[in-house]
Amino acid sequence: MNLLFDFTVDKATKTIHITREFAADLDLVWDAFTKAEILDEWTAPKPWRVRTKEMDFREGGRWLYAMITPEKTHWSLAEFIEIKPKSSFSSRNTFSDENGNYIIDGFSLTKNSFKAGTETTTVHIEKQFDQLSTLEMMVAGGYKEGMAAGLSNLDEYLRSMVKI
Amino acid sequence: MRSQLVSGIFEKPIGFIFTNMRRDIFQAIADPTRRAIIVLIAVQAMTPNAIAEHFDITRQSISKHLRILSECDLLAHKQEGREIFYELKIDKMNEIDNWLAQFREIMKKRFQQLDQVLYTIKNKKK
Repeated sequence: MNLLFDFTVDKATKTIHITREFAADLDLVWDAFTKAEILDEWTAPKPWRVRTKEMDFREGGRWLYAMITPEKTHWSLAEFIEIKPKSSFSSRNTFSDENGNYIIDGFSLTKNSFKAGTETTTVHIEKQFDQLSTLEMMVAGGYKEGMAAGLSNLDEYLRSMVKI
Repeated sequence: MRSQLVSGIFEKPIGFIFTNMRRDIFQAIADPTRRAIIVLIAVQAMTPNAIAEHFDITRQSISKHLRILSECDLLAHKQEGREIFYELKIDKMNEIDNWLAQFREIMKKRFQQLDQVLYTIKNKKK
């Protein structure tokens, strides 16, 4: 199945828009974005992994999780602002220590919106950065090396698909 | 202070990003006049007077915008006789695109992992 992936940037408002389609119904996709046990499965680029320390999915609640790499553990925090069940939720995201205390001033605001289709569910993500350095941290600090590893895995996967 | 914190957290010293950055490049882009100035000087080096001619604002405000662009390290200066020409450092502008391109790849990869997870869960349910 060819799933839509659209990524656009509005530099003037420092906002990234991502639209992605998933081959599952709304209930399952909503769970995948809001339940710790599923989030832990996919939010880290392999071979890194994510382990949730706290998940309190309600307005004013927070998700505190560790990004575990062979060398180091990075703590991240998402604080939920508004939740409209099976429709959308927004959060303030930043880096923290293991107790959820902010360690930087920078943050991003994210709104995830969900729309059920006939066979797929479309998720629209709107992510606004307060400053460029926050985006840089999310790329350079959180993911870069793991990403390179992940992408080479993907290349192999794609090659094997082409052979068939 | 912030750069110390950052290099403390991360294995690789990315603190230089913060110490060298007096202002955020996004701050340069945030203002419509500065965006217009960027477009002008991307094509050719210009003097502040020549830049000011394109706008209906005071020479002082042009100077202010040029100062901010300069603090974002987006301007190259060239002295010719008594005139100073300003030119855009294109590679600095490209930095944003590089970060964004990497972020795009990260998100793409994450969602491919989610595709797998969704597939696995759906099969378990059957």
